[in-house]
Amino acid sequence: MELSTTEYKRCDVVKAVGRVDSNTAPDLEKAFNEIIDNGKSGIVFDMAEVDFISSRGLWVLLETQKTCKKNRGKLVLVNVSDEMQQSLDLAGVKHFIDMYDNTTDAVGSF
Amino acid sequence: MPSKTFAGQYTSLAAIADFIAQAAQEAGLNSKDTYAVKLAVDEACSNIIEHSYQEREGSKIRCSYAVLKDGLKITLQDWGKPFAPEEVPNPDFNVALCDLEPRGAGLYFMRNLMDEIQWDFESGDGNILTMVKHK
Repeated sequence: MELSTTEYKRCDVVKAVGRVDSNTAPDLEKAFNEIIDNGKSGIVFDMAEVDFISSRGLWVLLETQKTCKKNRGKLVLVNVSDEMQQSLDLAGVKHFIDMYDNTTDAVGSF
Repeated sequence: MPSKTFAGQYTSLAAIADFIAQAAQEAGLNSKDTYAVKLAVDEACSNIIEHSYQEREGSKIRCSYAVLKDGLKITLQDWGKPFAPEEVPNPDFNVALCDLEPRGAGLYFMRNLMDEIQWDFESGDGNILTMVKHK
């Protein structure tokens, strides 16, 4: 999995390419934590090029959302494919994390 | 029955997924069912690595599959610690965000994604998990 982070005025966009599984989820967690450790709490996770996410990856998203909310911010998802939606629906992620169809709307939600 | 043995480590998960994708293709599963099987197998293998082997080096997972008339049968074999699946509670997702606990999601996913799941801890040759997905 490759990760990149782009800073915007009110949030950071983290883009991942590849699989988010038990092997790679800690890297994603680290990327989110670096943003939070820098005092920011607005994160967009761009899933356009994520082709797999396991429960381990979902817990990283949910735990990150817990921290962001505590800091009066939020994590949102963008470009979630139908296949990824299968994983997210099993954990009821839509009840905890907002999803957007495009990056402009996701960044604009902050 | 095609089979392949992988190191019981998280770094094997991508290669295991490729092996399962090949199996799903041979069985003629659609993309949604293929993803479901890949996810269930990933969860099962992650549990084996974390709980059965406790990330011990030198451990192995043997993956096998059989194309059925109406689907795909996957068999995973490991030689780690057995467990009692019926004693693992499902996670509760109907709670406030702050009360979510990241436990038991793997088994919950497997049970929801596959049509049949069976464990055999008394085979005399390791722990054997069999999962079937119907078309």
